[in-house]
Amino acid sequence: MASAALENLKATELRLGLPGVEDDSPAPATPRGSKRGIADNKEEEAKTVTAAPAAKAQVVGWPPVRSYRKSCFQQQSKSKPAAEAPAPEKEEAAEAPPPVAGSGSLYVKVSMDGAPYLRKIDLKMYKGYRELREALEAMFLSCFSSGSGDAAAVNPADFAVTYEDKDGDLMLVGDVPFQMFMSTCKRLRIMKGSEARGLGSSSKE
Amino acid sequence: MSEEDEDQAAPPKRPRASPSPPPDQVLDNVLETVLQFLAAPRDRGAASLVCRSWHRAESATRVTVAVRNILAASPARAARRFPNAHHILLKGRPRFADFNLLPPGWAGSAFRPWAAAFASAAFPALRSLSLKRITVTDADLDLLARSLPASFRELSLLLCDGFSSRGLASIASHCRGLRVLDVVDCEMNEEEDDEVSDWVAAFPGGHTHLESLSFECFTPQVPFAALEALVARSPRLHRLGVNQHVSLGQLRRLMALTPRLTHLGTGSFRPGDGVEDQGLDFGQILTAFTSAGRPNTLVSLSGFRDLAPEYLPAIAVVSANLTSLDLSYAPVTPDQILPFIGQCCSLETLWVLDSVRDEGLEAVAMYCKKLQVLRVLPLDALEDAEELVSEVGLTAISEGCRGLRSILYFCQRMTNAAVITMSQNCPELKVFRLCIMGRHQPDHVTGEPMDEGFGAIVRNCSKLTRLSTSGRLTDRAFEYIGKYGKSLRTLSVAFAGDSDLALQHILQGCSKLEKLEIRDCPFGDAGLLSGMHHFYHMRFVWMSGCNLTLQGCKEVARQLPRMVVELINSQPENQRPDGVDILYMYRSLEGPREDVPPFVKIL
Repeated sequence: MASAALENLKATELRLGLPGVEDDSPAPATPRGSKRGIADNKEEEAKTVTAAPAAKAQVVGWPPVRSYRKSCFQQQSKSKPAAEAPAPEKEEAAEAPPPVAGSGSLYVKVSMDGAPYLRKIDLKMYKGYRELREALEAMFLSCFSSGSGDAAAVNPADFAVTYEDKDGDLMLVGDVPFQMFMSTCKRLRIMKGSEARGLGSSSKE
Repeated sequence: MSEEDEDQAAPPKRPRASPSPPPDQVLDNVLETVLQFLAAPRDRGAASLVCRSWHRAESATRVTVAVRNILAASPARAARRFPNAHHILLKGRPRFADFNLLPPGWAGSAFRPWAAAFASAAFPALRSLSLKRITVTDADLDLLARSLPASFRELSLLLCDGFSSRGLASIASHCRGLRVLDVVDCEMNEEEDDEVSDWVAAFPGGHTHLESLSFECFTPQVPFAALEALVARSPRLHRLGVNQHVSLGQLRRLMALTPRLTHLGTGSFRPGDGVEDQGLDFGQILTAFTSAGRPNTLVSLSGFRDLAPEYLPAIAVVSANLTSLDLSYAPVTPDQILPFIGQCCSLETLWVLDSVRDEGLEAVAMYCKKLQVLRVLPLDALEDAEELVSEVGLTAISEGCRGLRSILYFCQRMTNAAVITMSQNCPELKVFRLCIMGRHQPDHVTGEPMDEGFGAIVRNCSKLTRLSTSGRLTDRAFEYIGKYGKSLRTLSVAFAGDSDLALQHILQGCSKLEKLEIRDCPFGDAGLLSGMHHFYHMRFVWMSGCNLTLQGCKEVARQLPRMVVELINSQPENQRPDGVDILYMYRSLEGPREDVPPFVKIL
C-alpha cells in the first residue's frame, strides 16, 4: 500500500493507542479499530512511523490484557515524580516518549444530562477535539440505545460538551487549543444545547 | 469426585414387579441419598443422563447449579429443574469482552429476569450467588437485597459491571447474615465524589457474620473509621481484601483486628498521610506480619497496588506458609523478590509482572518446588516493549517446577526449544497459555514458526484442557492440535494459521472442544462449516476479524436451530455488505433472546 494511501487510511481509522504516542491516532476506548489492515502492513508502518521507534500501531484488544491493568501502570508512573498535576509541561512529551509509558494519564469524570451514570476518560488518549467528541458520542449514545433500543431518540447535535476548569467555571469545549484545554480541564459535562447557550461564541462542527 | 468413586455409587438392581410400596419411590429415596455424595459437575451431569428416575433424583439433589452461559437457560427453567439449589453460578459475556472486543451494552439486561426470579423465591434454598462477567445494576442489587431468603449468605461479583456503591450499600444493609461479599475485578460505575455511598457503614450494627470481604477493585476511598469499625465487629472475618486507598498504616490496624487471617489483600502497601501512618516504620510492619503469621493460618497475599518496595521484605516472615501470592499489580524487580522468595517453599499459585525478569523466574524455579499455577503478566502491554522475560525464564520454570499445572506467560519473543522443554518437563500441565506479544513472531533463534513448540505441548501434555496460542503459526500447528489435543476443552487462537484447513483440523480433531475463541485469522466459511457435526457439543464459538460471510453463518443457523447465531458489529462505519465482524454462537434452550442491541443481528 502506498504511503499516501496509508496516511489517508490512518487519518480516518480509530484505534486504541497509549497516551503520549505521537504518530498513532489514539482511539477512544470503544472496540472499533482496524485489525487486519494493520497486521498486513506491519513492515511498511514501521518505516512510516516518525515518532520514537517504539511507536507501533496498536491493535484493539492486543495484547490480551484487561484495560484496567494496562492503565494501572501508567497511573503509577505518574504518581512517582509528583503527587497530582496534570503537568502542562507534558504537552511536548507527546513528540518523543520513551517506550515505557512514562507520560501518565489524565482521567476526568464525564457526566451527561439524562444518562444514568458517570464515566471516566483519559484525556491523553485523544489527539484533538474531534477524537474526543467522537469518543463521547460513542460512549453515551451506546448507553442510551442499549436501554431503549431507540437510537433515533438521541441526536448528538442537541448536546453541547462543556467542562469545568481549574477555577470551577463552566466553559464550552473547543474554544482554546486542545493542549491548553487538557491542562485546565477538571471534568466534563455534556448538557442539552439549550442550557449551554451563552457559554461560548464559536459554533461547533 | 474421581471416576473410581462413581463406580462405587452404582445403584442397586431394580427388583421385579411386586405388590409392595412403589419401588420407584423407595428407589428414588435411595438414589437421592446416594447422589447427595456426588459433587463434581461432570459426574452430576452424567448421572442425570442415565434414566428418568436418575434424572429426577439428581435434579432434586443438585445443590450447586452452574449456568455457564446466562443466555442458555432461563431462570424459570433452572428453578423448575433444580428447586433445591443452594449455590448458583452465572456467567455472562464471552471472555474476549475483557479486551474491548465486544461493544458495551451487548446483553445489558440479561440478569434482570434472574433478579426477578430470585426475588420471587424461585430458589427458596438459595445461599450463595456467584456472577461472572454480568451487567448488574444497583436496582438489581437492591431487589436482591430486599427479597433474598434469610438463608442467603454469599455474594460474589467477578468481572461484573453496571453497579455502584449504592448497590453495595443495599446489600450491606439488607442482607442480614451475610458471610461473603466479594467484589473482584469489577468495573463499577463512576460516581460524583459527594454521592459515593458509605456502604461499609451500611452494615447493621453489632457483630456481623462476615467471613470474607473483598473490595480491591473499588475505586473511591472507603472512610477508614467505618472500615476499621466493621472489621472490629466481625469476629469471623478471615478473608479481607482492601482497595488501593488503604495505606500501610491502616492495613496494620486492620491486621491487628483479624487474628486468624487466611487471605489478605493488602491495598496500596505504601505509607499514607493519615494519622494511622504517623511514625510508621519497617519494624512495625514486620511485627504486624509476624503476628498475622503466628497461627499459621495466612495462606494468601494479594494487593500491593502501589508498592513501596522497602516494605516488601516484611512478608518474608509469612512466606513459608503462603500457598498463593499475587504480585501482579507490583512492578517488583529481581532484587526485590529475592529477599523472600527463598522462603516460599509452599507456594502453589504465583502471579507476577515480567518486571521480575528471567532472574526472578529462575529464583522462583529454584525455591518454589510446589508451584502449580504461574502467571507472568506484562508490565508494559505493548507489542514492542522492552523484553523483560524470555525463553530463559520459561525454561527455568519448567526445570524447577515439575508439578506445574497451569501457566500464563506473556513475553515479547519465544523459541520452540523452550516450549518443547516445558512440554517434556511438565507433564501435569492442564492449562498452557503463551502470549508472544509480537503478532506473527516466529522462533527468534531459528526463524521458524512456533508450530513445533505448540505441537509438543499437545503431544506431551496429555492432560491439557486449555490452550492459548500465539506467535507465527502455520496450518501445521493446528494439524498437531487436532491430532493430539484430544482432551482440549478450551482453545484460544489469535493472528495465526494460513487457511481454512487450520480451523478444520481444530473442529474435526478436538473431539472434546467446548469453547473456541478465534480472532483475526484467515478462516472462512469452509472452515466454519467443517465443524457442523460438533457445534452442539460446544458451549460457544467466537470468531472475530476472520473471513466469514453472512451466507456461511446463515448456513450454520439453518442447520443448527438450537444454536443462537449472533453477528455482532463493532465497526459500523467499516461494514462490508456481507462481511461478518464478530460471530458469537452458543447453544441455548431458550432460543434467540429478545432484547438485542442495534449492533447485534441474530440469524
